[in-house]
Amino acid sequence: MYTQALNSSEGEDRPLEDAERAAQFQARIDAEERIEPNDWMPAAYRKTLTRQISQHAHSEIVGMLPEGNWITRAPSLRRKAALLAKVQDECGHGLYLYAAAETLGSSREELVDLMLAGKAKYSSIFNYPTLTWADIGTIGWLVDGAAIMNQIPLCRCSYGPYARAMIRVCKEESFHQRQGFEIMLMLCRGTAEQKAMAQDALNRWWWPVLMMFGPPDQASQHSDTSTRWKIKRFSNDELRQKFVDATVPQAQFLGLTIPDPGMKQNENGNWEYSAIDWDEFKQVLAGNGPCNRERLAARRKAHEDGAWVREAAMAYAEKRKQRAALQAAE
Amino acid sequence: MATPNIPLWEVFIRSRNGLAHKHVGSLHATDATLALQAARDIYTRRGEGLSIWVVPSNAITASDPSEKGMMFEPAESKIYRHPTFYDVPEEVGHM
Repeated sequence: MYTQALNSSEGEDRPLEDAERAAQFQARIDAEERIEPNDWMPAAYRKTLTRQISQHAHSEIVGMLPEGNWITRAPSLRRKAALLAKVQDECGHGLYLYAAAETLGSSREELVDLMLAGKAKYSSIFNYPTLTWADIGTIGWLVDGAAIMNQIPLCRCSYGPYARAMIRVCKEESFHQRQGFEIMLMLCRGTAEQKAMAQDALNRWWWPVLMMFGPPDQASQHSDTSTRWKIKRFSNDELRQKFVDATVPQAQFLGLTIPDPGMKQNENGNWEYSAIDWDEFKQVLAGNGPCNRERLAARRKAHEDGAWVREAAMAYAEKRKQRAALQAAE
Repeated sequence: MATPNIPLWEVFIRSRNGLAHKHVGSLHATDATLALQAARDIYTRRGEGLSIWVVPSNAITASDPSEKGMMFEPAESKIYRHPTFYDVPEEVGHM
């Protein structure tokens, strides 16, 4: 029912969209109705969602790399089993999301090829390296924590397949955050050296994690229409603030210091953080982060190394089909 | 070279005995055996089901959402199809 063929060619090349249909569409959105794959939708809505969902999918897939780096070096069997399960989940999340993106009319193969060609973005956070075991704890605690903040409102997104994929993802994501926090807790209750390792990881990840929520509201290019279409329910800065307010007490519990000496709590109880270095964010998005080249190279290699498997599976399916046809003819 | 398209399948899972299979999502696989294995890995990592169906997506015929009025409106006016349409005196008790 979500086949590409059903969703083909509508929109993009049409010069003028039916204003009446657009108004009816907005009325459905305003009435909190969900939009489904074969419903009429403005070309720009389709385009925005295809971009957002496919970027989200690429992020899940590329996000397997920094953590996969530590599977063979996890400090115990328990940690290794949990990390394996988490990385497998990320793969699953990528696949749910590609399936949701496909309902809008682009095939997964096209979307993956765009990513491999460096023409599609993925979350800036995965271009940072995982130098120590504490980075795995920090990723679960903060990166997945930030992802949950971002994804919970997406469970109510106006596009049905995206909202449904996010509900599944959010259910699974909570284990990721908790296992990360548990790693941090063990390190913080361990030797002075282990605690220093946890602090070092927090120092390196804190600012890149805040950048995950995207540019500040006054500079965000996609926010207005996305809000009107109820793809986005909260602004970047609102979500960032919620995340900071939730995280500061957790860091205090761990006995870790957030690397922002200027941070203070205002009279409303919100933690005010210092200015974020948006130049760094732009550089990482432009491909100049610490690991951008390495990540893309790893994805390309995996894709190329897997080509023979795809070909063999297709050839086998074809052979079986022909054999069945022959037997039927006999 | 562009990556070739691999067929799409719809996945249905029975979560408990006694319940119907329910659509949970889709996946790509070259044949039915691989589709079943992929469905197990993608959709049942946490004991979500006891039985899986996979169906080639192009084998499904769907009603057209733009014709949903023609399809479903005829039933809307037939309120006499619901038990609440009929009055039963209170003395009769539960029926």
